[in-house]
Amino acid sequence: MSVRRLAEDSVQPTAFAFNDENAVWAEATIRKYPEGRQQSAVIPLLMRAQEQDGWVTRAAIEHMAQKLDMPYIRVLEVATFYTQFQLKPVGTRAHVQVCGTTPCMLRGSDELIRVCKSKIHPDPLHPNAEGTLSWEEVECQGACVNAPMVIIFKDAYEDLTPTQLEHIIDRFEAGKGHEITPGPQIDRHFSAPVGGSTTLTEEIKPVRTNLEPKPTAEEAAAAASVPPVEAARPKDTAPEADPSIKTPLTDKAGAKKQAKAAEKQPLSATTSTPKPDRKRKGSAAEGAPAEAGEVTGEAKPKRTRKKTTPEGDAS
Amino acid sequence: MLKDQDRIFTNIYGLKDKSLKGAMSRGHWDGTKQIIQKGRDWIIEEMKASGLRGRGGAGFPTGLKWSFMPKESDGRPHYLVINADESEPGTCKDREIMRHDPHTLIEGCVIAGFAMAAHTAYIYVRGEYMREREALQAAIDECYDAGLLGKNNKLGWDFDIYVHHGAGAYICGEETALLESLEGKKGQPRLKPPFPANMGLYGCPTTVNNVESIAVAPTILRRGAGWFSSIGRPNNVGTKLFMISGHVNKPCTVEEAMGIPFRELIDKHAGGIRGGWDNLLAVIPGGASCPIIRGEDMDDAIMDFDGMRDKKSSFGTAAIIVMDKSTDVIRAIARLSAFFKHESCGQCTPCREGTGWMWRVMERMVTGNAQKREIDMLLQVSKQIEGHTICALGDAAAWPVQGLIRNFRPEIEARIDRYTHNAMAHGAVMEAAE
Repeated sequence: MSVRRLAEDSVQPTAFAFNDENAVWAEATIRKYPEGRQQSAVIPLLMRAQEQDGWVTRAAIEHMAQKLDMPYIRVLEVATFYTQFQLKPVGTRAHVQVCGTTPCMLRGSDELIRVCKSKIHPDPLHPNAEGTLSWEEVECQGACVNAPMVIIFKDAYEDLTPTQLEHIIDRFEAGKGHEITPGPQIDRHFSAPVGGSTTLTEEIKPVRTNLEPKPTAEEAAAAASVPPVEAARPKDTAPEADPSIKTPLTDKAGAKKQAKAAEKQPLSATTSTPKPDRKRKGSAAEGAPAEAGEVTGEAKPKRTRKKTTPEGDAS
Repeated sequence: MLKDQDRIFTNIYGLKDKSLKGAMSRGHWDGTKQIIQKGRDWIIEEMKASGLRGRGGAGFPTGLKWSFMPKESDGRPHYLVINADESEPGTCKDREIMRHDPHTLIEGCVIAGFAMAAHTAYIYVRGEYMREREALQAAIDECYDAGLLGKNNKLGWDFDIYVHHGAGAYICGEETALLESLEGKKGQPRLKPPFPANMGLYGCPTTVNNVESIAVAPTILRRGAGWFSSIGRPNNVGTKLFMISGHVNKPCTVEEAMGIPFRELIDKHAGGIRGGWDNLLAVIPGGASCPIIRGEDMDDAIMDFDGMRDKKSSFGTAAIIVMDKSTDVIRAIARLSAFFKHESCGQCTPCREGTGWMWRVMERMVTGNAQKREIDMLLQVSKQIEGHTICALGDAAAWPVQGLIRNFRPEIEARIDRYTHNAMAHGAVMEAAE
């Protein structure tokens, strides 16, 4: 842990506001997170405030608390926890962050720190007399194969020697930092080894996907449109399933005649008039005699329990 | 040696076109829809079969992790979170993926998101990677424009990717601390259980994966699990980005097969040890938290998870930090202690107090201003930190110190002796210990 406090009141500005461009950006950033989770945007917003003002002021923290509907202490907690937030003013033209963790230390970051001490200020995080430059030692910046390195604002300057760092600091002090190309300061392409890459020199044939796609729902339906086979159906040996029995479906003329005859009978004679099922009327006969029997209701021969269930006899 | 044809990151040095068109010409985004159409179970089974182990340091099987997500949503959305908070000293692989080969990652996000029924992914990039974030965002915007992301996209799976960033806290590389940070709080790890797969981001099922684990997934699915698992030794398969830093002639990041011998890796890609192999003092094989190994033990070392475990260290992220004989090894480890002291989140007492205590003792060991019995005390205290904290930072802080004492005890004692010889009666030293 590192103890971090806000700057003294004497240097704190009274108010904070995003400029127009940043205000639009902030609204868009808050929308990245689900409804009611606007707190998630606190780190990006504070970082933007730091980019705008150079450091995180108390006014900015209060502004964020209001904007994101957070208690002030929660924003203060975030600002003091994350070490990338500068809680005190830093150099206006350059704040040199020298990585001093072991991989950089092995490649000579001590020398770079010595340069910073002599050129900027003996102590870290103290701007020089003009307030244009400051430096600090930071923990690993994730460019270890390009050690040693420094970060100035957004750009990393890698593979440095003390003389090169002196030169870079001079350029930034003169306000001409953009003249220096970020990245490795030696003849080297990013993280490739010095003197050219040892890999990716052969011709590479792009790999194409060669998978059989899983059938989509439509394709599956199309495949299923083949008429079903009867092979898997259980054999129906019920007497009413005998195909020779006439049913209203197989013998429509006979059924009509019977129905007419039934209508002529007085209502009291039968309690239930056999009515052909409307739903099934006219539908193509699927060739399932058992079903046809059900449809016709009373027209089907009644199943006799005694014949089919031996248990019935026993009782 | 791995053939170029078998490398997944074909533009790791940024020498080729990194736009969407360029990525497509190298085979990325090819048949992504076909992969998605194969279905969720197929993707997870294929990832399991590939034997891919997470590339973030712990080596947890990626396919298994994906399968922990609930199969059916209970109404809560699912989230995929990509851990691009690459802060382990020595590690700088995700940086190259994000700035030079971002489409591997974005395509991987879509496939992984589909496999775990997530419609949203957050990529948590460390705050210091500002240019990398911009490059990644530009690549994502390209994909939105090309209709590969967003609602009703060409791939048939609605998916949004948002880039989020931290502000310089190593601890946010721990998955629950990362989720806390993503919710806009201090990055202090959560107690587990509940695990993120049940209660993660905003209390919803979440999977957190390393950038490299996700970025290799599309190629694995495209070429088949069999291809990936045929590289390397069983249980340690596939290709891996190795980062070689420190005292080698040509430090570099390079993709190689798992299980490559240490010597071959250094000679082929890093131009050998500075001053020759006889000049090798020690190696930290997997980033700052891995115990240091003596140079002579590295002669026959195999660079993979099991190979490094045999050497009583850990493969970690394959960030190899090489030290030659000019190194003050005690100071190198003391600097790591300072790092962990700086990065402890302060939640658990053993870590908050212990990292600072170890650092102060290590600083005295550097000059030799210590008692020999303090070496054992230091070892004992490091054991009391290890395993007594919520997250693994306590362990990570203890291991380098333990590794140093195990391998370089004579050096520490010699320094204490030298300091004592130079001491005067009143305790002052005539000259610096160096």
